[in-house]
Amino acid sequence: MMQLVLTVTTVLLSLAAGGAIIRIARGPSLLDRVLAADVLLAIVGAALCIDMAVNRHLNNLMLLVAVSLIGFVGSVTVARFVADRREKSRES
Amino acid sequence: MNPETFSADTVIDAVSAVFMVVGALMSLAAAVGLLRFPDLMTRMHAATKPQVLGLFLLLFALGLQMRSWWVWPVLGVAWIFQLLTVPVSAHMVGRAGYRTKHLHPELLSTDELEAVVQQAAGKRGFGDDDAATDRR
Repeated sequence: MMQLVLTVTTVLLSLAAGGAIIRIARGPSLLDRVLAADVLLAIVGAALCIDMAVNRHLNNLMLLVAVSLIGFVGSVTVARFVADRREKSRES
Repeated sequence: MNPETFSADTVIDAVSAVFMVVGALMSLAAAVGLLRFPDLMTRMHAATKPQVLGLFLLLFALGLQMRSWWVWPVLGVAWIFQLLTVPVSAHMVGRAGYRTKHLHPELLSTDELEAVVQQAAGKRGFGDDDAATDRR
């Protein structure tokens, strides 16, 4: 049964990652791309979780926390950058 | 049906399998929402699903599969960490999106920030704000 679950979730997560990558490529603004990259990181975390659950090990747990930390720092930094740039262009 | 076939192991496996499939469906729902929704705010709404609920379901399935008690606090810490960081980054992205006018005002039912923005713009002069609206 675990192999069936692994196949089903692999297909679902692959479709989801494809959709997020399409949005990254097509997204009209920078913030859309940041949001889609965040979703892509969440999908990577989901894949790590499923790998751990199916194979019954905990090797990826720290990597999961690190991935969510990278998503946090990345989106906050880019959001600050977007806001900052607009403030400067308004003043000039 | 023989009740012996429903051992605790089978039940736990079935529950965690259902949780894993639903958690993967959350990611797919987020991708569909990213592709179909019209602007940044609605896409942010869709993007939260795998980050909180999807991760919760998958960590729960992982805890069920490990069959030991000491993993639950570790998984709880991982989930609470995500729960603390996701609202902050969503707040920052939403704030930057509002400031750079990445939204369709006709799709909003209420805009509670508009009065504040108008008041602040009135103190500073309306010329800047009109230019910003045109640039959208």
